[in-house]
Amino acid sequence: MTAATTSLGRPARLGRSLGRNLPALAVGVGTIGIWELLIRVLDVRTFILPAPSAIGAALVENWGAGRWPLFDSAMATLFEAVGGLVIGTVVGVVIAFAVARWANARDAVLPFAVAANAIPIIAIAPIFNAWFGVTNPVSKMMIAALLVFFPVMINVTRGLTSVEPSALELMRSYAASEWTILRKLRLPNALPFFLTALKVATTLSLIGAIVGEYFGGSSTVIGRVVVQSASALRFDVTWAAILLAAVTGITFYLVIVALERALIPWHASVRSQEPG
Amino acid sequence: MTDANAPVVRITGLHKQFSTGEEVVTTALSGIDLSIEQGEFVSLIGPSGCGKSTLLRLIGDLTAPTAGSVEVNGKPSHAARMGREYGMVFQAPVLFEWRNVEENVKLPLELLDMSRAQRDERAKEMLALVELSDFARHHPYQLSGGMQQRVAIARALALQPAILLMDEPFGALDEMTRERMNSEVLRIWQQTGTTVVFVTHSIPEAVFLSTRVVVMSARPGRITRVVDVPLPQPRDDETREDPRYFQVVTEVREALRAGEGSGSASEARLAAEGGIG
Repeated sequence: MTAATTSLGRPARLGRSLGRNLPALAVGVGTIGIWELLIRVLDVRTFILPAPSAIGAALVENWGAGRWPLFDSAMATLFEAVGGLVIGTVVGVVIAFAVARWANARDAVLPFAVAANAIPIIAIAPIFNAWFGVTNPVSKMMIAALLVFFPVMINVTRGLTSVEPSALELMRSYAASEWTILRKLRLPNALPFFLTALKVATTLSLIGAIVGEYFGGSSTVIGRVVVQSASALRFDVTWAAILLAAVTGITFYLVIVALERALIPWHASVRSQEPG
Repeated sequence: MTDANAPVVRITGLHKQFSTGEEVVTTALSGIDLSIEQGEFVSLIGPSGCGKSTLLRLIGDLTAPTAGSVEVNGKPSHAARMGREYGMVFQAPVLFEWRNVEENVKLPLELLDMSRAQRDERAKEMLALVELSDFARHHPYQLSGGMQQRVAIARALALQPAILLMDEPFGALDEMTRERMNSEVLRIWQQTGTTVVFVTHSIPEAVFLSTRVVVMSARPGRITRVVDVPLPQPRDDETREDPRYFQVVTEVREALRAGEGSGSASEARLAAEGGIG
């Protein structure tokens, strides 16, 4: 079975992956075509819905310069999101280790973690802007971090604690120390959980950053471009910014998927993605 | 360093109770005395709830006795565990899915002060012993159940343990694979000279493998008989057709039935619900 997949040449694999993605491609192209057609035939006004061609033109026109430099805005927002992802992940992982190790820590920390997660992000965003400086990207990072830390903490905790009892017994039969059990059993066991959390966290961090931007700060960020272009009735630019944010999010997500394939090729979630 | 004449396992006056909730105490094992000599292959057999697995876990110091003592190579079982003198094989192979076959076998070796070259060599030896050398780079999910259990055996033997403890290792395998694995275990046992304690609820398996079969009964778990198996070594498929083999199988079956008869109906019901297996 493995021999068959490895003996497949690159063109064959490419062809197969193309074949798998063909339906999605057809739906995508078809939707855009119909969208373009309807806008033209029905003469829909731009502020209701711009034609795909208009959005594309706005994207090209505002890519590097002008009042709404889209590329720089996307990079600035991505910077905030990545910063928030790192902060939220570090905090989430640290708390997860404490919670998994000590029952006391679990009882002390978990209620507050749940409470922090329950806060509507929209409500806390202006406060974080005030705390960390509205023009300082750190304020956006903290908003993103608040969204990210909870799923990371919950998943990593589960990964560290959900080891098979018999695997623990095996390690104990070797007189393994808690430290050895952590390194050789709990950590590898938690890795798939951690990567799953990261996949969710990429999208959340972008949402957090953009929500923070809505409440003020530098104007060369996706959130501000969306707000300002909309109030200037340049909806083609608004749509272009949204498109760019989506593409950024997907790219971010795919990076984690690639990481997953590299780090845990043995895991069922990765194995099942392989064709055949 | 240890008394050469001392038995590998010496169990004296062993009791084990579990408290299931407040003041409800279940006696899992009562008055167990048993000695196992170097190089023996001893099976523990009995109905579910007779505490045979608990007895194995007590020998391996994975649970503590309520009273009595377990000595391994003249030391308390705890000292033996700290000295890494046990090899354990469970009903599930318990392989780490993130490690390939060879890395799984090396797991216990990584806990020792051992050079990489020594580890490589030992792992290679062990894989050759269980005839899985060609699968060293495979991951557990690519192996059949029987092969996975052979990896578990290789891993258990990697430390060259004084005693190999096996807890229904082939209970999840089909009959054909189980018989093949039984022959395999006998071959490995003869090749290594390891002392084996083997928990099973299969009479033919116990008789085919063992030099002695310890028959247990439930509620409280106790040893009702110890049956010697005088079948010649090496044993093979012909052994299974030997009239003496059937004689011993019958003897063990009758011993089991006698043990069952001594218990009341309510004990049988408790045993069927079985918290202790």
